[in-house]
Amino acid sequence: MALDEYKPQSGDAELENKELKYVGTTPDRPDGLDKVTGKARFGADLSLPGMLFGAIVRSPHAHARIVKIDASKAEALDGVKAVVTRADFATGLEGEYGFVLENVMAGEKALYDGHAVAAVAATSALIARDAAKLVEVEYEVLPHVTDVDKAMAEGAPVINAAYADASVPEGMHPNVVRHHESGHGDVEAGFAEADLIVEDTYVTEAAHQGYIEPNACVAQMGSDGKGELWVCTQGHWYVQKHCAALLGMETAQLRVTASEIGGGFGGKTTVFQEPVALALSRKASRPVKLALQRSEVLRATGPTASASMDIKIGMKKDGTITAAEGTFRLQGGAFPGAPMEFSAMCAFACYDLANVRQVGWDVVSNRPKQAAYRAPGAPMAAFAVESVIDTACNKLGLDPLEVRLKNAAHDGTKASWGPRYDQIGMVATLEAAKAHPHYSAPLEPGQGRGVASGFWFNHGGETSVSLSLSEDGTCQVSVGTPDIGGSRASMALMAAEVLGIPYENIRVTIADTATLGYNDVSHGSRVTYASGLATIKAARAAVEKLCQRAAAKWGIEEDAVKWEDGCAVPSGANAGDFDPLPLAEITATMGSTGGPISGHFEATPEGAGVSFGTHIVDAEVDQETGATKIVRYTVVQDAGKAIHPAYVEGQYQGGAAQGIGWALNEEYVYGEDGRLQNTVFLDYRIPVASDLPMIDAVIVEVPNPGHPYGVRGVGETGIVPPLAAIANAVSNAAGVRLKSLPMNPPKILEALEDQAGDA
Amino acid sequence: MSKVHVTTSINGDSTEYLCDPRETLLDVLRDQLNLTGAKEGCGTGDCGACSVTMDDRLVCSCLVLGVEAEGKEIKTVEGIAEGETLHPLQRKFIEHAALQCGVCTPGILIAAKSLLEKNPDPTETEVRYWLAGNLCRCTGYDKIIRAVMDAAAEMREAA
Repeated sequence: MALDEYKPQSGDAELENKELKYVGTTPDRPDGLDKVTGKARFGADLSLPGMLFGAIVRSPHAHARIVKIDASKAEALDGVKAVVTRADFATGLEGEYGFVLENVMAGEKALYDGHAVAAVAATSALIARDAAKLVEVEYEVLPHVTDVDKAMAEGAPVINAAYADASVPEGMHPNVVRHHESGHGDVEAGFAEADLIVEDTYVTEAAHQGYIEPNACVAQMGSDGKGELWVCTQGHWYVQKHCAALLGMETAQLRVTASEIGGGFGGKTTVFQEPVALALSRKASRPVKLALQRSEVLRATGPTASASMDIKIGMKKDGTITAAEGTFRLQGGAFPGAPMEFSAMCAFACYDLANVRQVGWDVVSNRPKQAAYRAPGAPMAAFAVESVIDTACNKLGLDPLEVRLKNAAHDGTKASWGPRYDQIGMVATLEAAKAHPHYSAPLEPGQGRGVASGFWFNHGGETSVSLSLSEDGTCQVSVGTPDIGGSRASMALMAAEVLGIPYENIRVTIADTATLGYNDVSHGSRVTYASGLATIKAARAAVEKLCQRAAAKWGIEEDAVKWEDGCAVPSGANAGDFDPLPLAEITATMGSTGGPISGHFEATPEGAGVSFGTHIVDAEVDQETGATKIVRYTVVQDAGKAIHPAYVEGQYQGGAAQGIGWALNEEYVYGEDGRLQNTVFLDYRIPVASDLPMIDAVIVEVPNPGHPYGVRGVGETGIVPPLAAIANAVSNAAGVRLKSLPMNPPKILEALEDQAGDA
Repeated sequence: MSKVHVTTSINGDSTEYLCDPRETLLDVLRDQLNLTGAKEGCGTGDCGACSVTMDDRLVCSCLVLGVEAEGKEIKTVEGIAEGETLHPLQRKFIEHAALQCGVCTPGILIAAKSLLEKNPDPTETEVRYWLAGNLCRCTGYDKIIRAVMDAAAEMREAA
């Protein structure tokens, strides 16, 4: 998501004030049956006649010049049908296309451990893997750097001297490639008014989205320049555009179909193996399936950025924050794009501050190109800021929720990142957290409680929806945003609400790129907001036509007909007296009364309401082993309006669980050799069922004026507060402030020992 | 490498196939027999998405060779429902919103079914530890645990 896509929520006021019949209920999801019986088809579940299997050759070096690639032994192996290298892709690509191509297949240099340098296609997966080992690559190994602070320091190996843009001041290391500054007021004057100033440095490691389905696709290219791609992705139009550019083909000639997607969390908003599969298929003239192995997912698809952050906050004795300042240095791998501006802009977004300043630095290093991960950039910033606020509260003996309430952003607040807030739910989440029994429950010895708040922008994005009615009065809706967590159910509920027909009579399909207009990726918590808004407007367009047909039948003016509970009814004093005309009676004769009835909507809605959440966590720290157990967890978040409350709860719980993993266990571990040390799930340990408690999800509803039913996106905000809330709980339990993630047992023991040494 | 002839039973159907001695049972199920319900999430036995039972023993099919299925009874997610009638676990997973993306669901259903066959009345902790070998990244497990407990309760009542 480009920064300039975010606009203050000044979109048209859309909010309707009406009783809702379907929205807010919890029917079974339409894809439920397929997903519990094994019938649902994911990225690797398609097979085509004559299909080959692909495998990718990857650099074992963190930084190396590619001197020579000799594929002759691989090509000679029985069953091998194609080998591709960078020479098989388009040339002359610039900007983001150039970066994506360079990441998908290395050119002159391998830039990180696992960087793709060649690929093979063969008649079986085993042969393809054998052949990949036979591709001989000669490297000239170069010095490398994988740490953000070291990558900025004098003498660090230069990743690419041409990366830095005009925002970077003179004199910085060439690995510093972008710079951001924002804020308002006078922070120095604000700090002078403070009774207490807390200033500290916090660091987080990179974490992977950890979707359970490895990236996978099936590609088929013809010699006529036409192609088909089946792929698990969050956005198939993005895939279409990028693959076409990287293959040097026309966009419309590549048809991309989104399979069911086994998790994405931002990680499937870009392309990795898709262009490679297409290049192999083009060369072999046969379909190619290319499914990554887990170690490839961890080594070479985008994790989040790692961060090093300096935070300074001034507070009065009564808890008023007088000034806040933050510097956010993010390492996003070997290409520009670490979401440092989102870190900076989200850092203080929960608060109403007179004086605030935030600075961001985007730094490149010899790691894989970062990809979005659920509210990219925001969780690490919240970790640093909310930890510093907690430190100040402890020093001044103040209640952390009261201090947050005292400083909370509210309707009309000028946000730290620029715009003035519309109707927002920050105060409502804090009030709900304060009133929750969890906040007043007694703690056991050895336990600590932490709270933290978080913010995410939410997003609109290009959206197309097409809806058509059938003769029997049922409805099909085509949307273009892949369904990651039940969005087909939400779309059907919203269409049912407008049309006044049962949820079960609506079938929602994720259309392919050839059958619907352009759609932005399923990201930015945009689907229920933007595709939902588009579904509602497409349904309204169909309703308008239904009313026209009724008016014609009754011989009255079109504006004398209104739609009520699934029927056309006469409206107004002079409309006449007619029985309500149900939808199915109108559609039964639509062929002879003016033709098929459908509705469309295409736009880039800009009224995505911003989102706030507050989490409460109880953690128990074993002082002997340093192990932490999360004993109780409560998520409070503003949904605007929960279309399907059970799926909203699921988003809250999932975000919290990912946050728990990032806070306590998950990290990218690089060796001195620049190689990733933990490339399997055994070593990159995401939370398992026995690690977690039940997660209480509290839905607050402060309607978003930019959506007819008040929807705000709910997907991302849930991962923003956990790192900080858990760090506050752990710090309060351990009696020592933890400033580095993950807070694994060795790190907690070290902090305890340091403190004992200081005492 | 020459292929090995294997005779086995899959979801009650007697089945024969030829497989490379290096091929895993998961690869055979997915690539040869078109039973794509079992998923490859890791290939190293850490995620449980490929769970099946072999002679009623819960295994990761990515850690079993195709040749090891000789003479065994294999059961996969495709065999859980009886015709159109879903197993209580399958119904409860839909009702409790216990899946989001659904890619871990086949493995979790197989593992949970295996648990309830051994222990019809598990505690929450027992369910959590039994399912600790099945990774889910979407749900935080809350609704999964509730669905399994509820299915167990319903099955006890029906028994």
